[in-house]
Amino acid sequence: MSDLPGDLLYTKDHEWLRREDDGSVTIGITDHAQSALGDLVYVELPEVGQDVDDGGDMAVVESVKAASDVYAPISGSIAAVNEALADDPEKINTDPYGDGWIVRLQPSDGIDEGALMSPDDYQQFVDELDD
Amino acid sequence: MGSKTPLHEKHVDAGARIVDFGGWDMPLHYGSQKEEHHAVRQGAGVFEVSHMTIVDLRGDRARDFLRYLVANDVAKLHEYGKALYTCMLNPEGGVIDDLIIYYLSDTDYRIVVNAATRDKDLAWITKQAAEFDVSVLERPELAMIAVQGPKARELAAPCIDAEYREAALAMKPFFGMQAGDWFIARTGYTGEDGWEICMPAAEAPAVWDRLLAAGVVPCGLGARDTLRLEAAMNLYGTDMDETVSPLEAGLNWTIAWDPDDRDFIGRAALQEFRDKPNKQRFVGLLLEDRGVLRNHQKVVVEGIGEGEITSGGFSPTMGKSIALARLPAGDYDRAQVEVRGKLLNVRIVKTPFVRNGQIRIDI
Repeated sequence: MSDLPGDLLYTKDHEWLRREDDGSVTIGITDHAQSALGDLVYVELPEVGQDVDDGGDMAVVESVKAASDVYAPISGSIAAVNEALADDPEKINTDPYGDGWIVRLQPSDGIDEGALMSPDDYQQFVDELDD
Repeated sequence: MGSKTPLHEKHVDAGARIVDFGGWDMPLHYGSQKEEHHAVRQGAGVFEVSHMTIVDLRGDRARDFLRYLVANDVAKLHEYGKALYTCMLNPEGGVIDDLIIYYLSDTDYRIVVNAATRDKDLAWITKQAAEFDVSVLERPELAMIAVQGPKARELAAPCIDAEYREAALAMKPFFGMQAGDWFIARTGYTGEDGWEICMPAAEAPAVWDRLLAAGVVPCGLGARDTLRLEAAMNLYGTDMDETVSPLEAGLNWTIAWDPDDRDFIGRAALQEFRDKPNKQRFVGLLLEDRGVLRNHQKVVVEGIGEGEITSGGFSPTMGKSIALARLPAGDYDRAQVEVRGKLLNVRIVKTPFVRNGQIRIDI
């Protein structure tokens, strides 16, 4: 398991969130998630401006193996999507916390940090899954 | 935890992601399924397939027995080692399993059946064999590897005992031969050249190491599935099962109707079904929109009806999604597939999609 970026928050669905300076939140899937999915071959992205609800479907990532939903970890509206994934979904495999980001969300109600995990908590969560 | 194959430790050492397959712990991939896929299309890859069930059938009436047991006809086999792909049917004409038969003599055949169907296959074969006084001997002590790809034979040849190497290299496609304790066959499940080799389990780890050292890439079940899908080779339990006739699974070519008087299990039902109109088509699909086709997705043929994808996935060789599907009867070459509530456009294409490294359809 590679080191988890310390500046991110994590979810039980193996997604990460980064707070940006403009108040938006960038979201992707974790290294653990991309590794479990295998080589990604297609990403279905939402429309910019679309509203999403906490826990609702937001995107779909498909690997050679299976399709997997990406859930909205908070409510908000889609501020940007990573268009580069359309031609190169493997960016999620090679750089899940960087070039493999999926969407940027403008939160509608702020972020409930209690519902999210710190890097240490997420690491422990993943370790327990592997046992 | 499931049963362990003779190379289990080797898979773990090579960093495999292990999954359950029919009760066996098998490698899914060793990092990148796509890279493994490309290795087989362009160079050489090795799969462990020891989970598959090897059975030797022997007896004076072994030939008669197999002519009764399966839908293809072993009477076609005259040359030592010649292989035959066939379905084993139930009396209703459904597929109990698909298998490969190697002809060693009229009294000696080796068959290889699927892992997940082992118990029912052995029970069925043993039951049918009694009347023919044929012995049914499973060979669980043998490991089996498949070395596949354009460079597979060249890279694997040094592993073969010098005494048999030349004969093995001279062997034609779809033949097998005994080579001491080993059995070497020029068969596979990838659409590429190569060998499938059975050997005593204890010898397999050293052979594996030697193949990897020679540059053969270890490949898991994931790549095996995308390779066989590109080659349009059916997967039992997915593309056909006991409720499906080979006539609706693209396997017409495996049924030997002649001679008329050969009675094989399922023949009467199959013959009745053959003469009925409006049988479902079993076809290849190429996705023209973005997305990925998956097993069990609904296929809509406007004005005609609905069908289902039996095997769908992403083709690493084509960079497009492809599928095998069972569709309603009719003369049409386009359809739509329902994916998450949207209808995506597919074109019906002639299979295989890929063979011997070459894309065989217009994309």
